[in-house]
Amino acid sequence: MLKKRIIPCLDVKDGRVVKGINFIDLVDAGDPVEQAKFYSENGADEICFLDISASLEERDTMLSVLKKTSEEVFIPLTVGGGVKSIKNIKDSLMAGADKVSINSAAIKNPDIIKNASDHFGSQCVVVAIDVKKIGSSWMVHSHGGTINTNIEALSWLEKTQKLGAGEILLTSMDRDGTKLGFDLELLVEANKILDIPLIASGGIGTIEHFYEGAKIGQADALLAASVFHFNEISILEVKEFLKKNNIDVRI
Amino acid sequence: MKKKITIVDYGSGNLLSAKQSLLRAANLINIDANIQISNSPKSLKDSSHVVLPGQGAFKTCMDGIQKIPGMQDQLNEFVKIKKRPFFGICVGMQLLADTSEENGIHKGFGWIKGKIKKLPSTKIKMPHMGWNKIKIVNNNAHIKPKETDYYFVHSYYFECINKKDVVAETEYGINFASIINKENVYGCQFHPEKSSTQGLNIIKDFISL
Repeated sequence: MLKKRIIPCLDVKDGRVVKGINFIDLVDAGDPVEQAKFYSENGADEICFLDISASLEERDTMLSVLKKTSEEVFIPLTVGGGVKSIKNIKDSLMAGADKVSINSAAIKNPDIIKNASDHFGSQCVVVAIDVKKIGSSWMVHSHGGTINTNIEALSWLEKTQKLGAGEILLTSMDRDGTKLGFDLELLVEANKILDIPLIASGGIGTIEHFYEGAKIGQADALLAASVFHFNEISILEVKEFLKKNNIDVRI
Repeated sequence: MKKKITIVDYGSGNLLSAKQSLLRAANLINIDANIQISNSPKSLKDSSHVVLPGQGAFKTCMDGIQKIPGMQDQLNEFVKIKKRPFFGICVGMQLLADTSEENGIHKGFGWIKGKIKKLPSTKIKMPHMGWNKIKIVNNNAHIKPKETDYYFVHSYYFECINKKDVVAETEYGINFASIINKENVYGCQFHPEKSSTQGLNIIKDFISL
């Protein structure tokens, strides 16, 4: 039986882990390599780094973080944030990332999805999608959720899947940072379209929210940040709760 | 004797991950090993172990090998004549088959009898991505994996003709071979280098050969 995955996400800026509430208010929470190692030893199924750096120098710092992490951590490693080109993707993969998540660049130029999956295999292409509900539709937002692209989210999912995305990382901007739980309706609708794995993100505040995302939302993987970083919930607690409730996880 | 472990670089796969895991595994069991990533067929001549990673499409990987003059011959010599330990990972394992049905019919190395086929995708997501359990079906291999979860990413599987070549199986829609072994040739469909402690244990067993 394939297990539901629990993925801690670490926001990294200039080589340090930070976590923004609703993408603002940054609070420093440590060294990314040590954090990744800690999570890996404590039940994480994958690690996700989100690079929120602005400058090119800081991007090089991220590559060295990836390299150091790959020396210490022996579970899959995804990196996202500011990926603009095939070269960016290649640099990250060469530095030790297993998957690269593409967000704004794919909106600007959808062919990057196809090129990346042709070059490196779809297994390493994660398309990250930030959505906000406007009226009765979910709309795709780019640049850290600041710009409404006027692209309807469900049709974008379908398109990215067709172009060769290996996995979708779907974040509800309405829920992100609120701790109100996933937008389950969004996950259900997304899963009607997707034949590829879905990582749910945005809104986790309690252990029950993980269960809802897996059971009702039918997500293949659940991604969270702040609840793990501030030790509100441990990954092991999540997994034990899921297991007790008949959701298959790796313990 | 100092071991020389070569990871074959033919333009595919996360070679750094493979290297890091070999370094860690060697370190954990105090094996003195020179671990290198190389695209030179010559480097196989004095290697004690060879690891063949692989990601993406079967044909792309096969073409990558064929493009390096002399690589296929050196691989054949290493495995068939010298009979030294060889380990294929993911598509690196699938290349050991006679043929693959991925996007047409393509020839593989033919070292382990079988065919690469697509996993049936009715009602389950593709690729088969994530942690899944293995079940040991043959205890005679030198590598002794734990019956637990390992990290998989693939949409095609190895259908072995000789059941005795299958060491472990995994269920995803169907039961398929997740570890294979014939004489000095080993293959894993999952990624031992990405499968935490249990994955490193398999790598330790391999480099101890």
